[in-house]
Amino acid sequence: MNNTVNITINGTPLQVAEGTTILNAAKMLNVHIPTLCHHDDLCVAGNCRICVVEVKGDKTLVASCATPVKEKMEILTNTQQIRQARKHILELLLTEHNINCIKCSKSNSCELQTLALEYRTDEELFLSLRRESNPDMSSYAIQKDSSKCIRCTRCVRTCAEIQGVNALTMSYKGMHTIMTTFLDKPMSEVVCTNCGQCINRCPTGALIERNYIEEVWDAIYDPSKHVVVQTAPAVRVALGERFALRPGHRVTGKMVAALRSMGFDSILDTDWSADLTIMEEGTELLSRLKKALVDGDASTALPMFTSCSPGWIKFIEHIYPDFLPNLSTCKSPQQMFGALAKTYYAEKKGIDPKNMISVSIMPCTAKKYEANRPEMRDSGFQDVDYVLTTRELASMIQQTGVNVNTLKAENYDSIMGASTGAAVIFGATGGVMEAAIRTAYEIVTGREVPFEKLNIIPVRGFEGIKEASLRLEKVKPEWDFLEGVELKVAIAHGLANARNLVQAIKDKKVEYHFVEIMACPGGCLGGGGQPIPTNVEIRTARMEAIYKEDEKMPIRKSHENPEIKAIYEEFLEEPNSHKSHKLLHTYYTERNRY
Amino acid sequence: MATQLKRTELIFKEYMDCNALMKNVMKMGRDAFIQELLDSGLKGRGGAGFPTGLKWKIVKETNSDVKYVVCNADEGEPGTFKDREILTKASDKVVWGMALAAYIVGAKEGFIYLRGEYKFLGTKLRIAIDRMENSIRALGINFKLELVFGAGAYICGEETSLLQSMAGHRGEPTNKPPFPVNWGYLGKPTVVNNVETFVNTMIIAEIGSAEYKKLGTKASQGSKLFSVSGDCCKEGVFELEMGMTVQEFVEEFGDGDTKAVQVGGASGFCVPRKEFANTIIGYEGIPTGGSMKVFNSSRSMYNILENYLVFFEEESCGQCTPCRVGTQQLLRGVRAVKRKEKPKSYLDELLKLANTMKYASKCGLGRSVGNAFKSIIENFREEIVY
Ligand SMILES: Cc1cc2nc3c(=O)[nH]c(=O)nc-3n(C[C@H](O)[C@H](O)[C@H](O)COP(=O)(O)O)c2cc1C
Ligand code: SF4
Repeated sequence: MNNTVNITINGTPLQVAEGTTILNAAKMLNVHIPTLCHHDDLCVAGNCRICVVEVKGDKTLVASCATPVKEKMEILTNTQQIRQARKHILELLLTEHNINCIKCSKSNSCELQTLALEYRTDEELFLSLRRESNPDMSSYAIQKDSSKCIRCTRCVRTCAEIQGVNALTMSYKGMHTIMTTFLDKPMSEVVCTNCGQCINRCPTGALIERNYIEEVWDAIYDPSKHVVVQTAPAVRVALGERFALRPGHRVTGKMVAALRSMGFDSILDTDWSADLTIMEEGTELLSRLKKALVDGDASTALPMFTSCSPGWIKFIEHIYPDFLPNLSTCKSPQQMFGALAKTYYAEKKGIDPKNMISVSIMPCTAKKYEANRPEMRDSGFQDVDYVLTTRELASMIQQTGVNVNTLKAENYDSIMGASTGAAVIFGATGGVMEAAIRTAYEIVTGREVPFEKLNIIPVRGFEGIKEASLRLEKVKPEWDFLEGVELKVAIAHGLANARNLVQAIKDKKVEYHFVEIMACPGGCLGGGGQPIPTNVEIRTARMEAIYKEDEKMPIRKSHENPEIKAIYEEFLEEPNSHKSHKLLHTYYTERNRY
Repeated sequence: MATQLKRTELIFKEYMDCNALMKNVMKMGRDAFIQELLDSGLKGRGGAGFPTGLKWKIVKETNSDVKYVVCNADEGEPGTFKDREILTKASDKVVWGMALAAYIVGAKEGFIYLRGEYKFLGTKLRIAIDRMENSIRALGINFKLELVFGAGAYICGEETSLLQSMAGHRGEPTNKPPFPVNWGYLGKPTVVNNVETFVNTMIIAEIGSAEYKKLGTKASQGSKLFSVSGDCCKEGVFELEMGMTVQEFVEEFGDGDTKAVQVGGASGFCVPRKEFANTIIGYEGIPTGGSMKVFNSSRSMYNILENYLVFFEEESCGQCTPCRVGTQQLLRGVRAVKRKEKPKSYLDELLKLANTMKYASKCGLGRSVGNAFKSIIENFREEIVY
């Protein structure tokens, strides 16, 4: 069915594959057609109508995003009728829109604003239909302002197609049509996982993260506070995009320098606690396997699911509460870090934890929610005080006037700043799995994983659900129950894929020992707190950068991180010890289904 | 008043041996009957006027093991009430028409999408369905028909929204292509026809295309039901030959003081007195799903227009920009002109906007809002302004 058809666009002949949309065909000729409801990651909606074009012989204009080409189609993209329609559509959207652009954090990156400037909509052609702005601030992570919504449904489609969550929906009809939640409930009361994927695809400022920039500046400027900051693996491969660097340009050292210049007292790394997570989670997996295989304990839940992704955690609490026992009890790296910052770090540095403020920089909006969970206070204080997204950090750096591109790279502080290549790959789908296997295989067999340069290729890449297996042979005597066992693992990213995978496990169609799930497409590198826009090319570039960062690290296995060895010797004793259970492990809560 | 209009009596004719007609068609063969439909010139009676024979032919020729037949009984156009009359008086012909379609295209399941307010017709229809199902089973045809109820949205009469609504989704039009004939209910090829269309296919099976074609004009063949209301001397449902002029219509139905006739409901056109004589009701002139509203000189055309616009503002599905916002702007715009908050010339801006809505909206609703708007503004501008 790969036939080609002959068409013309503005008189220029073109041969394209059958089924190509007019919009994509026009791109091939560098003919720009404006769009709003269209997004490369999503199915076609065809509702904003800004992309209308003329097809000779048709009675009306057609939406170029939704119309496939046909043999001999003659397409015009720039006629009086089309221009008039586009201008009208923009004017109409603006009559509904809250046009207080200067007070909107999406100003300058708003697709509606860009088009409005292009079409010089400075006169009000029609009557104002604007309603008062009354943003929903109920969620710790996501702020929803209907007065800025253009009803393009990109968020609704994201939530349904990519995430399978359906927290957002279109409701009412006619003039009352609006994007909202089930029964118009506040965002904090519905199935929203706080993943922020909707934010990444919102063309305007209707959905943005709750920002905590001022709170963090206040803490930095407060001389009585010792402010520590941790940076997640995926931030370093995306932050540069906000400073005109190409996607995938790594800025690890420059980011550290920028944070130091901003006045944080200690610049530390979530990668360090990612290594710690591997120790705790790997040990938990092995002990679950032992309980199941040796002790025959039927109550041991397998497969074990990873628990690093707070969007995924909230998803499973809402949708698959039966599977909560399968979740690793390990906190995420952010929360392990938080609990240890105000205990271990405070103790070592001789700081009173009540004078500490713990900030984290995350590619994620769900982390904002996670930090505010009531159970995340094992240090005796809120373990992580403020979570900033990559985007918020970029804004703060811009406020300081520092030019990131010319900064000299600097190193993380110690303690809790040293990390390995196994930690940085947490930022990509399959990364936790790869890091866990690198360590667990070596613990069990005493040998390195049998993959060239430690690169476990089968668990990498963008496939929605990945599967792999690894045979354990010639194991060490203390692990003899694992001799000959085929370790089966699976990986899913994007909650729609996660849903399919968990359902298959529930239906007993598949069986695994260990399953990694990340809420966002591509893993954290495609997180809801990352720079906008997002698309496959950008996510691919970030992923390549993550694996490059891994390869250049001198140590690439979590259990070899000297600062990890040190914390077990000095503070935690051993993985899954009593103390680590108190500080580094957690529990989960069943939640409503809407 | 001289009565010149040719009344016909096909749809409500008392006796029709549907079973025998079906047998005839089976003997004749599927392709031969499709040819009959094509020859008859029958166009859909729901308003859009797509040739019915062609629709059935496409579905028949589309490869799929599952196909559906859907009867659009959502009758939501303001001023239309002829489907209700058919379902009340001739329900057998409707369900047999659907069985006929199912036989021709190879569908085993069908649905009647019934306007929520017509729930009281449910029992009657179920009885007709049972009767039909039993008879066709004896003929060796396997076809199951079910009732689905609408929930009151006008837009669910548009065929793609109707199918969305049937599938349990929000009643919103989807992009065309794909058309329901290729990708309809649950993604399967689907015949969607109006109640009256199905009855007409049975009539063609009975009298043949040659006889059927004798009625009407070259572009508008057959007869049609009209729902007549407003300032008229007699109101109700009338079966008339197509192709009459508005003048002829008004002479028969008007109250002697007719100022304008709204042909085709809110989404149709307003014909002023000066155009009565040279406006034909039919596909060569103004096509209509049957709604004919007669206005005499006591009516304010401003009120009429405002009323239609209030209707559209509520009944737009709300998904596409030109229609969702355009309807609000047209309504608020004429109000502003009436109240002198906007100059008369603002009406010209609104006419341009109505034009954009016609060309850029996603579905027939948004595309037809401009019909009433333009024809009323252009013909009764002084009533809007003063
Ligand atoms: C806004 C809108 C409302 C409609 N409402 C109806 C309706 O109530 N009944 C109907 O038969 N067709 C209605 N239609 C037309 C249908 O979309 C479709 O064309 C028709 O059901 C096809 O059947 P036909 O070919 O037999 O007319 C509507 C179309 C639009 C755009
Ligand atoms: S034209 Fe109106 S009814 Fe049709 S899709 Fe657009 S908003 Fe919905």
